[in-house]
Amino acid sequence: MASLWEYANPRKFIATSDRVLPWVGTMAVFCLVVGLVWGFFFTPEDYRQGASVKIIYLHVPAALMAINAWLMMLVASLVWIVRRHHVSALAARAAAPVGAVMTIIALATGALWGQPIWGTWWVWDPRLTSFLILLLFYLGYIALWAAIENDDTAADLTSVLCLVGSVFALLSRYAVLFWNQGLHQGASLSLDKKENVDNVFYLPLLVCIAGFVLLFVALVLLRTQTEIRARRMRALLARERMG
Amino acid sequence: MPELGKYAVAVLSSYGISVALLTVLCALSVMRARRMRRDLAQIEGRVRRNG
Repeated sequence: MASLWEYANPRKFIATSDRVLPWVGTMAVFCLVVGLVWGFFFTPEDYRQGASVKIIYLHVPAALMAINAWLMMLVASLVWIVRRHHVSALAARAAAPVGAVMTIIALATGALWGQPIWGTWWVWDPRLTSFLILLLFYLGYIALWAAIENDDTAADLTSVLCLVGSVFALLSRYAVLFWNQGLHQGASLSLDKKENVDNVFYLPLLVCIAGFVLLFVALVLLRTQTEIRARRMRALLARERMG
Repeated sequence: MPELGKYAVAVLSSYGISVALLTVLCALSVMRARRMRRDLAQIEGRVRRNG
């Protein structure tokens, strides 16, 4: 089996991701269409939340990906800091806009769900607040990459920002558990059968989560390829200007 | 179409906003990828010609 570090070679990364991308993209679209159609058209109403429960098929996968995208960026940033592989820094950069969109979807669908169920669009609840701060970290991270001309310096500084932001990524996941206040419920998905949502909602939700994960992977692969090409283009243009 | 009752606005808006955002994100990613691939090929060709 090829070593993981082989993919730190940009050519190898592009060649491999070119082969994988069509499959991952197709599976993402398939899972999303099946999961969302199943959830929207073929699931019953919840006995307490009525038809508003259909928002779960967007809200939960988007929130999961918002947190996990940041954690993926954290791993990629640590690889950059420790081993100085450019592809890992560029993968972190590529994932940030995808994570930011997932966070916006989680916040927007949460507000739309909260209004009829809680009677308010927004409340300064620990989980909601930490998610809002996570969105600000995403925006700051994207802005920092754009603001610094030297790629290596940008990768260094954004990696540090990513480490700091990880506190809020983890808080947005676990805030509900250690702050016993606020409106947001505990986890919808649990290994505890009593706590987990009923199977009639759970199965289409799993398909939607798979769709969001695959879409994230496909977009990060595609955007990382783009970042690698953009970096090579900047290097060639700089060489042309000098020579 | 399922009966959404008083939650119709919340549910349909959630689906509308999410699908729109994901579509825009995918479209922008694909467009930028194509543009970058084309531009890099042009520059590499120029560099090769000019030595």
